[in-house]
Amino acid sequence: MCLGIPGEVIEIMPEQPDLAKVDVSGVKRAINIGLLTDDPPGPGDWVLIHVGFALSKIDEEEARAAMEFLEGIGQAYEDELEALLSSKIDEKG
Amino acid sequence: MRFVDEYRDAEKARALSAKIAGLCEPGRQYKFMEVCGGHTHTIYKHGLEDYLPESVTLVHGPGCPVCVIPMGRVDDAIALAEQPDVIMTSFGDMMRVPGGRGSFFDSKAAGTDIRMVYSPLDALKVARQNPDKHVVFMAIGFETTAPSTAMTVLRAEAEGIENFSIFCNHVTIIPAIKAILDSPDLRLDGFIGPGHVSTVIGCRPYEFIASEHGKPLVTAGFEPLDILQSVYMLLVQLAEGRSEVENQYGRVVPWDGNQVALKAVGEVMELRPYFEWRGLGFISHSALRMREKFASFDAERHFDLPGVRVADPKACQCGEVLKGVLKPWECKVFGTACTPETPIGTCMVSSEGACAAYYNFGRFSRERVRQASRPEPVTIETGARRE
Repeated sequence: MCLGIPGEVIEIMPEQPDLAKVDVSGVKRAINIGLLTDDPPGPGDWVLIHVGFALSKIDEEEARAAMEFLEGIGQAYEDELEALLSSKIDEKG
Repeated sequence: MRFVDEYRDAEKARALSAKIAGLCEPGRQYKFMEVCGGHTHTIYKHGLEDYLPESVTLVHGPGCPVCVIPMGRVDDAIALAEQPDVIMTSFGDMMRVPGGRGSFFDSKAAGTDIRMVYSPLDALKVARQNPDKHVVFMAIGFETTAPSTAMTVLRAEAEGIENFSIFCNHVTIIPAIKAILDSPDLRLDGFIGPGHVSTVIGCRPYEFIASEHGKPLVTAGFEPLDILQSVYMLLVQLAEGRSEVENQYGRVVPWDGNQVALKAVGEVMELRPYFEWRGLGFISHSALRMREKFASFDAERHFDLPGVRVADPKACQCGEVLKGVLKPWECKVFGTACTPETPIGTCMVSSEGACAAYYNFGRFSRERVRQASRPEPVTIETGARRE
């Protein structure tokens, strides 16, 4: 849960502007960008995702480095990624 | 060294290693603590201690949020899950944490409805989908995670959701560092500051460590080079007689943190007078609870909690490991009675726990050999039991 996962913002969701669709390792998921209202990300920006929330904007170089770190971790990262992929916060209950 | 050799910047690592060695005063021992599970992971995974002179020791502090949850809180959470019509939710990391009466997995096997979620927002979704049940989210984590919980509560309030509450176990890093600094067990020369926690709180809260305690702190990133660079920066400060807060991870950590996140946490939560940390005991103002204004989202107000206090198992020395007094392999049950499959203590549960990181990367045997081959092994006057 403590891992920050880098994702690239694809789009801000039109009907829920506090959510963004991001690409994480080729898979698209919705995350909340409400913690970045001081400097909102747009399509093409990279963010560090923590338990479903973008915690900070990062550049592409940092995103790549973070991904290498995560891939080196192995199982813990796979578990985190699997959890992220099971997350569907954009679907109204 | 094989781990770092695979790394693309092995040359840079070796160059830094030489610079680090050049800064160490002969005959002086240096001890730096990192308080972030991710750093612990990098250090063990890449064998970074092999890149440091023997006079530099890295010790691992209470940086793993799962590790510091006391057994009593796990028991309380299970008591909540046992209430009629309650669905308990939490992060996957919590599932195997042992309480006095077993873990979430044990409780689930016995028939409670405990679900793993990735985000507190997923827990809120479970509440929307189950209007006839009450959904509790067991919130854990340092300042990195607390904003997500706060934002979720604000969302629940905006949507008027009434069957959702938080069992709040968020902890704050500064009082834990204070407790370590005030402890007579350990003499430290500086700190490697946490990466993601600092993204939220920034670097200013650490200034008392430098100004009042005279210890330098360098906030660090998670790559092997980041850690080595931070050790180098700490040694430069010591060599120059400075103690300041420096930010090695400026590419991610803003000096003032994330103000939006801090505001959300401040709106929804407040400091508890005290909170029990596993292995460290009660620490004043070291954890968060829901504010009165959000009482309807507070599981502790909704339900009559047993408020269980459970002593840590006698054999377990997680407390000493969390304070950095013992290295994981110095705990007498490490790797024998306590393994990631059958953990006795929390440090063996989470992949960010020092014991699990050490165990998984098989470094304990090498470290023992290394220690044994040292002519004069470094000993700390701890008063703690050593094997």
